[in-house]
Amino acid sequence: MKLYEYAAKEIFLKYDIPIPKSSLVSDVNGAVDAAERMGDVVLKAQVLTGGRGKAGGIARAKDINEAKLNAQRILGMEIKGFPVKKLLVEEYRQPLKEMYLGITIDRRAKCPVIMASPSGGIDIEEVARNSPEKIIKIQVHPLTGLHDYQARAIANSLDRNKSPEIIAIIKKLYSIFIDNDCQLAEINPLAETESGVIALDGKMIIDDNALFRHDFIEEEEDSLEEVAKKNGMSYVGLDGDIGCIVNGAGLAMATLDMIAQYGGRPANFMDVRAGANAEQVKTALGIVSSNRNVKAIIINIFGGLTKCDEAARGIIEIFPRIKKPLIVRLSGTNEKEGRAMLGKYGIRMAASTEEAAKGVVELGNPD
Amino acid sequence: MGILINKDTRVIVQGITGKEGALQAKWMIDFGTKIVGGVTPGKGGIEVQKVPVFDSVREAVDVTKPDACVIFVPPPFAADAIFEAADSGIDLIVCITEGIPVHDMMQVCAYLKTTTSRLLGPNCPGITVPGASKIGIMPNPIHMAGNIGVVSRSGTLTYEIVDLLSRNGIGQSASVGIGGDPVNGTSFVDVLQLFENDPQTHAIVMVGEIGGTAEEESIDFIKGMSKPVITYIVGVSAPPGKTMGHAGAIISMGVGTAAGKIMAFEKAGIIVAGSPSDIVGRIKKMRIS
Repeated sequence: MKLYEYAAKEIFLKYDIPIPKSSLVSDVNGAVDAAERMGDVVLKAQVLTGGRGKAGGIARAKDINEAKLNAQRILGMEIKGFPVKKLLVEEYRQPLKEMYLGITIDRRAKCPVIMASPSGGIDIEEVARNSPEKIIKIQVHPLTGLHDYQARAIANSLDRNKSPEIIAIIKKLYSIFIDNDCQLAEINPLAETESGVIALDGKMIIDDNALFRHDFIEEEEDSLEEVAKKNGMSYVGLDGDIGCIVNGAGLAMATLDMIAQYGGRPANFMDVRAGANAEQVKTALGIVSSNRNVKAIIINIFGGLTKCDEAARGIIEIFPRIKKPLIVRLSGTNEKEGRAMLGKYGIRMAASTEEAAKGVVELGNPD
Repeated sequence: MGILINKDTRVIVQGITGKEGALQAKWMIDFGTKIVGGVTPGKGGIEVQKVPVFDSVREAVDVTKPDACVIFVPPPFAADAIFEAADSGIDLIVCITEGIPVHDMMQVCAYLKTTTSRLLGPNCPGITVPGASKIGIMPNPIHMAGNIGVVSRSGTLTYEIVDLLSRNGIGQSASVGIGGDPVNGTSFVDVLQLFENDPQTHAIVMVGEIGGTAEEESIDFIKGMSKPVITYIVGVSAPPGKTMGHAGAIISMGVGTAAGKIMAFEKAGIIVAGSPSDIVGRIKKMRIS
C-alpha cells in the first residue's frame, strides 16, 4: 500500500523529522486560505505515482493570486491516470542542496538496505542508472538493527558539516521503516536549507501482508483492482481485449504470456488464488467481464486446493449473463465432475493452458 | 533417491486442526508420506487423521521424532511457527502459508543462519519425490518417478509443467517449489546444488518469474553444473510497478523484468524454453529421461 505524501509526512512529524509547515486542501478556496496564512508556498498534487513534478503537478505560488490560478489548474488534472483530488500546500523552503535518503528491502541479502546520495531530487533514478557509484548502500542486520557507525558513515557521505542533523534523521527514518512494516521509506529530496536539514518530500510503501497489524486506512476506491482485492483476489488491469481468470500467480503470468505468443492482447491479470470456491470464481468472472474492452474470456484452473467442480459451479451461475465468448480449462482436483457440468451448458473447453490460450485468441478475433 | 526427503522421512503438521491442514495431511498420507503427528496450541491430546496432536512443537518432537515439519499456520502466526520449529531442532521446515509480512521473513532468515534448520518457502507448494514422499500441497496424481528435477517459484504453474511431463512419459526425481515471496528460505541455487549431487537427477527444469534477481543469481552456478538445465520464465506481459499475484512478482525500478532474465540466461548459453510444451520438446530431444 502506497501512502500519499501528506500521510508519509504526518508520520515523519510524529517521529520528529523536520518537514515544512503545510496544509492539506481539496478545493481552490482551501488553497487560497492556506496561501494567505503561509505566504510563499508550493502547491503539490497528491497522487500515488512518481513524476508529478515533471507532469506539472507541483507549482510555486508567491501570492494568493498565483495560488488560486495554480490550484485551479492542478486540481482536477490527471497524472498518469490518477486524478488529482487533493493538494498539499506547503510553506516554500529554498533548498541549498538536495540529497537522497531511502530505505528498502534487499531481496538478495534478505535485509533492509539504506541508500543515500549527495545528489538527490527528481533525477535520482538517472543518477542510479548513470552513476551508481554516487549512491551508497548500507545493509542492516534484521536482528540487531541500525548501528551508530552505519548512520555516521551515511551522514558523512552526504555532508560532513551537517552530520549530527542527518544522523538523527537516518535513525528516525529507520525506526519508521521498521515500526510501519515498510517496503520503502524515502526522503527525496532531503534538503539543506538556511534553517536546517529538512524532508521536502516523503514516500512510504507499506507491506500489504502486514496491514493486519497497523491501522492505515485505505482510500475508498472502486477500481476493479480494489474490488478484486476485497474479495481476496489479485487483479491488474492491462490494455488488451482478452479477459483472463487463472488460479495461481505463476500460471496466470504464463497464461498471459501464451496469449501474447498467439498474437492476442490480455486485458488483465487475475489470480483467484488457491482454494477459490464457486462464489469467488463467479465474482472474478463478473469483474473481468465488466471491462468493456474485453472481447473474449479465458478461465484457466489447475485444481490443487481449488476444486474444478466448485469452479464450474461458479461459472455456470453467472454464465447466462456473460455476453462474451468463453473458453475454460479445468485440470486437477475433481476435473471430471467439473468438465461434465460445463459440458451440459455447451461451454467451450480446452485440455491445456496452451490450447486454451490459442482458443481464446481465436474467439477474440472471429474474422 | 530424490532430494531432501525420502520414504522414511517423518513429518509433523503445524496447524493440523485447521481445515486446510487437516485436508492436506490426509492427502499427504494418501501419497505415502509418513505423517507422525501434528501441532496446534491448545488442541493437544486429540487426534487428527489418526495421528496425535500436541500443544507445542517441542512435545511433538520428543514423542514422534520428526525429520521435517510442514506449516499451515495463518500469516500473523507463521513466523512464530517457523521459529518454534527451528528452536525444536527440526531439520527441514516447509512453510506453505501465503501472506507473511516481509519484515518477519527477514528476521526468520537471519535467525535460521544460526541454526541447522533449512526452510523451504514460504508461500510455496512444498516438495514431492514421486514414489517416496510429499511434503506440501501439490496434487497427488500428477507425479511420476523419473530423472528430471523440477524447481519453481510458482504453485499451479509447477503442477501444469509436472503434469505435462508425466503425460509425456517424462518422470521426475523431485519437484520443488521455493515460493513466490520476495524473501524466502531455500533458493534456486540451493536446490540446483541438491539436484547436481543427486545421482537420480539427469536434467533440471527451472521455472522463474518476474521480480528480484533470484534467477540471475543462479547463472554462475548453472554454468558450472554437469547436468543440463532448461529454464522457463513467465511474466513477459507484466507491466512495471504492479504486483502480479505473488508478493515477490513485481518489476521495480527496471529490475526483475522477464526480458532481462531471459536475455541474461541466453547470453550465458543457458536454454530458455518458450512454453511448457517447449520444455517437453527439449527434454525429448536430449534423450535423457
